[in-house]
Amino acid sequence: MSGENLKRTPLYECHQQLGGKIVPFAGWELPVQYSGVIQEHQAVRQKAGIFDVSHMGEVFVVGAEAEKAIDAMTCNNVATLSDGKAQYSAIVNPRGGIVDDIIVYRYSPRRYLICVNASNADKDFAWFCEHNKFDCEFRNKSSEFGQIALQGPLATKILSSVPGLTDIASLPYFHFQDRKAFGCDVIVARTGYTGEDGFEIFIPSAQTPKVWTELLAVGSPLGLVPAGLGARDSLRLEACLPLHGHELSDDLSAYESGLGWIVKLNKGDFIGRDALVKEKEAGSQRGLVGFLVDDPGIARHGDKIFDAKGMEIGWVTSGTKTPTVNKALGLAIVTSPFTKDGSTFFVEVRGKRLAAHVVKRPFYKRALS
Amino acid sequence: MQFPSDRKYTKDHEWVLMEGADAVVGITEFAQSELGEIVFADLPAAGKAIKQGDTFCVVESTKAASDVYSPIGGKVKSTNSKLSDSPGLINSSPYKDGWLVRLEAVNKADLEGLMTAEQYKTFLGDKA
Repeated sequence: MSGENLKRTPLYECHQQLGGKIVPFAGWELPVQYSGVIQEHQAVRQKAGIFDVSHMGEVFVVGAEAEKAIDAMTCNNVATLSDGKAQYSAIVNPRGGIVDDIIVYRYSPRRYLICVNASNADKDFAWFCEHNKFDCEFRNKSSEFGQIALQGPLATKILSSVPGLTDIASLPYFHFQDRKAFGCDVIVARTGYTGEDGFEIFIPSAQTPKVWTELLAVGSPLGLVPAGLGARDSLRLEACLPLHGHELSDDLSAYESGLGWIVKLNKGDFIGRDALVKEKEAGSQRGLVGFLVDDPGIARHGDKIFDAKGMEIGWVTSGTKTPTVNKALGLAIVTSPFTKDGSTFFVEVRGKRLAAHVVKRPFYKRALS
Repeated sequence: MQFPSDRKYTKDHEWVLMEGADAVVGITEFAQSELGEIVFADLPAAGKAIKQGDTFCVVESTKAASDVYSPIGGKVKSTNSKLSDSPGLINSSPYKDGWLVRLEAVNKADLEGLMTAEQYKTFLGDKA
């Protein structure tokens, strides 16, 4: 990625003021950390953290056949949504591969918001427009929105101390509302990417720095810290939330990459359905697993995986040593006999083959209060 | 930022300290601050012969693995066993408790091309 083409979020100056270490990510300049990845990770698990996720894309779908259009281009069942409810879903290609994983928010059967990944935003929007044969319009509003994620066990307490949002605790998980707060119109969704309770707040770009600053002001006394991409990645990996380009790709089917739970074959036709029906009948040849590394060392994205006889059986999609679990762990795609819990294999790290074994996902699950 | 004057430095931010006939090697304060919290150090086996510039250790943060190049040739005499349980010593004490490798049979001529503390500080300039 060449330096001059990188985009900046509305919060770029805020990150600089906070001493954030800025790195290129998905075409954007974003902070990888402020105080340190481990400290930020722990703060989100124990108290709260805020993340700049303004790089995420926002696409509105408006028109009489909005529901039909989204249903035809995503694998989850849009018809099960009601107004104010959100749904995790995926855009699937004709081979059953994942174009992107998304969240679909329903305002009404004629109006939806779709949140897409930053690195795929342009690709997704082009895909939507190309495949839209319905009476509705896709509008890419990504450049008009900033987005802040407030995550952690104290997220609700912090957000409900903001005037206009004092009742936000009553917003159920995977629901959203248009609200007036921070002197502007915001969309507050009870969603996140850390494995903790929390919110993702869509904000007009110009007001995003004000929201960021006010949240830090009310949250800091309770332990809220700004958190960067490093903590975001280690948190989502412990919670086994997939990342497109790692666990998810155009070349791995929804079943192979662990998204079978959002594939609704009975809902009617959608792009990719035929391929997924065939795969379901025949059985998948490979699948996503979580693993722990037993030998000293850390497995990383792209490391090859071998069985005891030395046959290559897969690859690591994400790997690190994470702060809460405090073990070298990762996610991997392996051939089907090795997808069972307790299976053992070897991850090749810098020429050394490290013993590893498959464990149940996720690595981390929050205690329900 | 600290620059102990008892040792030599490389452009890749390693240091080497002569202790009698042995050379002790680690990474600089600047290096550890750039890498962030280190969660694992992959150290060479005792007895391994190393040339100047060889990748002989890898230090890993939660985000990435980074190569460490040997500032001097020699043979690995021992490695810092405390790092297996406490890799964070490389962050908290990069010049002392966070040392990486002790070399013997060192090629002292390799020291000549390395920087003094003062030269390394100048080399870092505004980054220090």
